Amino acid sequence: MRKFLRTVLELLAVLLLVSFGTFMLVSLLPNDPAVIILGEGHPPEAYEAKRQELGLNDPLFSRYADWLGSALQGDLGKSIVPPYSVVSDRIAAALPVSVQLAVMGMVLAMLIAVPLAMWSAYNEGGRIDRVVSAGTFAVLSVPSFLAGLLLIMVFVNYLGWFPRAEWSRLSEGLGKNLFHAALPAVTISLMEAATFTRILRNDLITTLQEDYILAAKAKGMSPVHVLISDALRPSSFSLITVMGIALGRLIGSTVIVEYLFALPGMGSLVIGAADTGDYTMVQGTVLVIAVIYVLINALVDLSYGFLDPRTRRA
Amino acid sequence: MSQTTPSPESEATEVVVADESMTPPGDIPKVKRKGSLGIGIAVAVVGLLIILGALISMPIGWLQLLVFLIGCAVMWWGVDRALKWVFGPSFDLMTWACVTWLGILILAAILAPVLPLQEHADLAKALQDGTRPMRRPDVLSANLLGTNNFGLDLLARVIHGARASLVVALLAVLIGIVLGGTIGMLAGFFRKTTDTVVGILTNALLAIPPLILLIALATVLEPNMRNLSFALSLLALPSMVRMARANTMTFAQREFVLAARAMGATNGRLMLREIMPNVLLPLLSYSMVVVSALIVAESSLSFLGLGIQPPQPSWGNMISEGEGTTFREHPHIVLVPGAVLFLTVFSFNMLGERARKLWDPRQAKL
Repeated sequence: MRKFLRTVLELLAVLLLVSFGTFMLVSLLPNDPAVIILGEGHPPEAYEAKRQELGLNDPLFSRYADWLGSALQGDLGKSIVPPYSVVSDRIAAALPVSVQLAVMGMVLAMLIAVPLAMWSAYNEGGRIDRVVSAGTFAVLSVPSFLAGLLLIMVFVNYLGWFPRAEWSRLSEGLGKNLFHAALPAVTISLMEAATFTRILRNDLITTLQEDYILAAKAKGMSPVHVLISDALRPSSFSLITVMGIALGRLIGSTVIVEYLFALPGMGSLVIGAADTGDYTMVQGTVLVIAVIYVLINALVDLSYGFLDPRTRRA
Repeated sequence: MSQTTPSPESEATEVVVADESMTPPGDIPKVKRKGSLGIGIAVAVVGLLIILGALISMPIGWLQLLVFLIGCAVMWWGVDRALKWVFGPSFDLMTWACVTWLGILILAAILAPVLPLQEHADLAKALQDGTRPMRRPDVLSANLLGTNNFGLDLLARVIHGARASLVVALLAVLIGIVLGGTIGMLAGFFRKTTDTVVGILTNALLAIPPLILLIALATVLEPNMRNLSFALSLLALPSMVRMARANTMTFAQREFVLAARAMGATNGRLMLREIMPNVLLPLLSYSMVVVSALIVAESSLSFLGLGIQPPQPSWGNMISEGEGTTFREHPHIVLVPGAVLFLTVFSFNMLGERARKLWDPRQAKL
């Protein structure tokens, strides 16, 4: 229980620091937000009035407190470039797209990685194992935007199976939605699948040398049964640990893939905002992404206890 | 295209390793080895002929690329055989190929101003020279690797892009090692409050996904090479801190540190003379992998238009030049910098893996 409290306190400290860092972005801003909003060539009084209106003349900490207070209530301010949309509305519209892509990418990666790792580990040192090892190593060296472009080249430009820049919401029908999400999701999953395969394979090989696996084999259980019901669960701890790290990269590739396929998600939102210097939008999106990321990582930490009873006591 | 090539090659390497290890020691393998030198050289020459034939006589296109890659694979097998005969069966061609590639790349990047390259950034000059835009790669022409949408030479741009990518990534890693190593050692050595504070700070840095942090920084920072290295070093910092901290903690409990302490060594001396040499080696071997991650991060940022700004070339913005409307007709504008990026990242990853196996026993399993 004390450990749990400590974790929660540290979590809060981290969240506070992150929000402060995101907030400080504005103070680092080389150009004056008032100039970005009004444009050049106005009298100095106009800029001063705008600064006053934005509250930029108040002391730093009171501005931070104000901002954090309204952020906690779900108000992240208004975009400072036309069409001056409300930041939280834009985020609410964009978030489901990114979440869907990220989840699809993660699930797909698992669907590829688990069988591949089991197959590879069972044939340790064999031809299949070597091909899988070399293949995953190569895939790990392909940046996600490059992988996406190669997929586009083959499946959009030459085969013409998929469109490149189209998206339909879940409300327009599941089939159509999945059809448009397929190629982006595959792009996102590739690198994670490679990482997961390598990690799970190594752990499986260690587990398969345990005595109880030998016992299970001696009882005459089929290799598939041994792999799935005896070896998989004890081998999955490193995988869970890595998943937290992988999630950060997954969010990164989701951002890039959204840009690449022109999908209306958080990535397109934050890149567009960064391009135009729309700092409130950048603040809002970065804060939301960071909070989600931190919370999921905390959940991953907690899930150890469920997977491995031995860690519950520690 | 490019990511499929290493698998058959490395497979071939390892198959040969398996063959050699199965033959019993004695006179028999010697005979076998002698034969393999001749075969190896012959096969390598055949591969070279296929490559040259594909480059010179075949029409430019996918078939040429395919034959070129087959030639590379054949030559790889032959060279591997021959060099294994010369240097013994433990010779690893993959490692040396990676070293060679990085060596050539770094050399070319350093010598870029004096190499006889075509125009790489000045649009007006390319127009004046009358270089045709979007030219396909052709060894027999002045533009070996073709030209981009504006008639700028891709070979020149790839080499100048290597300067940007490598300088930015290496500088960032250097900052990461020095700063992160110091902080991590302090945290691991003194523990208690220092450790907690450092822990929370690194966790806060890790709490924002890398690319998002970069994008956020790109909003406020001027996109030049100094600022980019600073932003990238923030990505390298947390993992360096953690690694240095973990290694310091293991070594701080060892007998030789205790002995030095018993002889009256100060904390500063303990850290500098006893612990640092042990912490530095794993950090350096890990930095290879970090370099490759940072090269990917830099190219991603430049690809998104937030990093190095065109016309100054970087692999990322070169790829983004070709991914628009011209991608269908002229994929080489994407594929040429893409292949270079892949080979570089692959080489750093491979060498990093080998280095970790050698110098960091904790990671040996992976």
